[in-house]
Amino acid sequence: MSKLLKVALLGNPNTGKTSLFNTLTGLNQKVGNYPGITVDKKTGKCKLSDSITAEIIDLPGTYSLNASSEDENIAVKVLSDKENDNYPDIVVVIADVENLKRNLLLFTQVKDLGLPTVLAINMQDIMVSKGISIDIDALEIELNTKITLISTKRNIGVSSLKEVLLAYESIPLKPCCITDTSVLKDSSLNKKQQQHKDTVKRYQFIKKALENNYKIEVHRAKGFRAKLDKVLTHKVFGYLIFFTILFNIFQALFTWSEYPMELIDSSFAFLSDWTKGNLPSGGFTRLLSEGIIPGIGGIVIFIPQIAFLFLFLSILEETGYMSRVVFLMDKIMRKFGLSGKSVVPLISGTACAIPAIMAARNIENWKERLITILVTPFTTCAARLPVYAIIISLVIPKGNSFLGMNNHALVLMSLYVLGFATAILSAYLLNKTLKIKSKSYFVIEMPNYKMPLFKNVFYNVLDKTKAFVFGAGKIILAVSILLWVLASYGPGKDFNEAEYIVKAEYAHLDEDALDTKIASYKLEHSYIGTFGKFIEPSIKPLGYDWKVGIALITSFAAREVFVGTLATIYSVGSEDEATLMEKMKKEVHLDTMKPVFDFPTGISLLLFYAFAMQCMSTVAIVKKETNGWKWPLIQMFGMTIFAYIIALASYQILH
Amino acid sequence: MTIADLIEGDKAIITSFIVDEIPLKLIEMGCIAGNSVELVQSAPLKDPLYLNINETFLAIRKETASQILVEKI
Repeated sequence: MSKLLKVALLGNPNTGKTSLFNTLTGLNQKVGNYPGITVDKKTGKCKLSDSITAEIIDLPGTYSLNASSEDENIAVKVLSDKENDNYPDIVVVIADVENLKRNLLLFTQVKDLGLPTVLAINMQDIMVSKGISIDIDALEIELNTKITLISTKRNIGVSSLKEVLLAYESIPLKPCCITDTSVLKDSSLNKKQQQHKDTVKRYQFIKKALENNYKIEVHRAKGFRAKLDKVLTHKVFGYLIFFTILFNIFQALFTWSEYPMELIDSSFAFLSDWTKGNLPSGGFTRLLSEGIIPGIGGIVIFIPQIAFLFLFLSILEETGYMSRVVFLMDKIMRKFGLSGKSVVPLISGTACAIPAIMAARNIENWKERLITILVTPFTTCAARLPVYAIIISLVIPKGNSFLGMNNHALVLMSLYVLGFATAILSAYLLNKTLKIKSKSYFVIEMPNYKMPLFKNVFYNVLDKTKAFVFGAGKIILAVSILLWVLASYGPGKDFNEAEYIVKAEYAHLDEDALDTKIASYKLEHSYIGTFGKFIEPSIKPLGYDWKVGIALITSFAAREVFVGTLATIYSVGSEDEATLMEKMKKEVHLDTMKPVFDFPTGISLLLFYAFAMQCMSTVAIVKKETNGWKWPLIQMFGMTIFAYIIALASYQILH
Repeated sequence: MTIADLIEGDKAIITSFIVDEIPLKLIEMGCIAGNSVELVQSAPLKDPLYLNINETFLAIRKETASQILVEKI
């Protein structure tokens, strides 16, 4: 039986905590949730010796244990409650060698909780070039613990850290600096004033501890950073570079994922057809080929785009560039009631609104944070892309029109711009109407520039893509199976005797045409068809028929379900192997014989999807982040009514 | 004078501020009386301010900066 040692990993943001976690655990990691809240809980296994394995908990990056945010709260809860499932046997505080002073604040707080706490000083590799020297032995005595110098970048020191972990019982438990509880009992001070006093004392202790044991040649440390800052935050080049980067990201996103997406689309069409042709016919084969396979296909098709977007975003974060963008944009964003920090949610929102809304937690000012949460779902998330992609291909003619850009890319880009513009303008309106007073707090660390580490970017992309595919995937798969059932069965005589009724009416048709007629007659009188017909009057003015109506309703679970729904609806009963796009192209209004997906309907659909709040998961996260139903409901109805009006207007004008 | 009155490249020592007017995070990052502060750069629109406080690089808004009294060195 091997022993399991619980190790908690804690550190300031930008210290390489995640790199260390990735180095220690490799692929043996999983992302979960802490009960009741949405902070990611990352854990992983790491073999320390033949008989001892460590379970490593990666706690959220934080500057202190003063618990002024939800992320800090987690760390406090885990570290101070012996009954907590995650209560560790040992804590590793990871610190950046260049800024030991500030990093040690957190260390002293953890150490004073009475846990075995060791210090891992990261970025050993830059010590020479930055002129840093540390007297480790002396510092170990001052801090009363074990210290390991590591470099997550060069993989140095990890094995000695493991040895330190194995010997955890020999780490002194005595608090290292002041635990002057009289500070906390001074009733003339409020909580924040006490925390201030406590922090001052800790810094005094740290200053003394480092005085003779830590040296840094300041001027050598700053050259590169200062030069790059001059360019990247320049009043002209700064903005130019930022917008060029953004533009290129979106361009690459679209072109790079085009090929894999087509491949996925046609593979699933083939697979579905193959299943139908090679398995014994019957209910199960039909469920598989018409429900489950197209359903899964509708999820897999997102992977390229999601993965590429997270790839770019995590590179921007990893390099330290994102903080410069926040710095550049703050004053401008403030005019719209947002914060410079809203840039991160707004860009992340182009992948998925859920992590984006969670990223808004960094915004200190409640009004700015609320507005960011409310407008973020307007940005074009990845779930809208498949909807946009298919409709654009259907209704926008190919060819180049503008600066050599092809029409499809141009329309897609306009939709992105529209999303951002709507977000910004609604923020402006909200800023004018919301009466909330809060202090204009804003603090952002400007970290050093770093080359992104491949393994960090890789694991980040993997985590985010997995979370999205399995999170949204479950909903999509469930909805597609449910849909298939609702589309394959129906109430009453019209559905059950479809074959007889159609044959009687269209006796002159050949067998193929007859089969198609029967299939569409059946669909029309199935449960879902009946429902679609029921809502048709309300969506007809927008240019949609009842089939689109069904897709519209189901995509209130999640937008991307639109494509899956149409895939299911159009493959129910049809025998050919055509891709969804080909099927949609052939679709006509039965009364006028005009194509369903013509230009006015296409535009109206694009606009509806651009503005409507159609994502259960986002509603849920907004409820959590704003502590109640008020804001998510205002947001959902506000956005959806707005979407309906705009789609209606556009169809009526273009029609 | 306050941090908001510094010009690019100026170095100063933090003398005092009202704790309740300053975000706690800023205090934790080293904004404490006696520590050094340098105005590294102002943003293109003169706000926020990019500072080096006690060897931590960070940015804060002018509004907060004008609450922190300093003495130039």
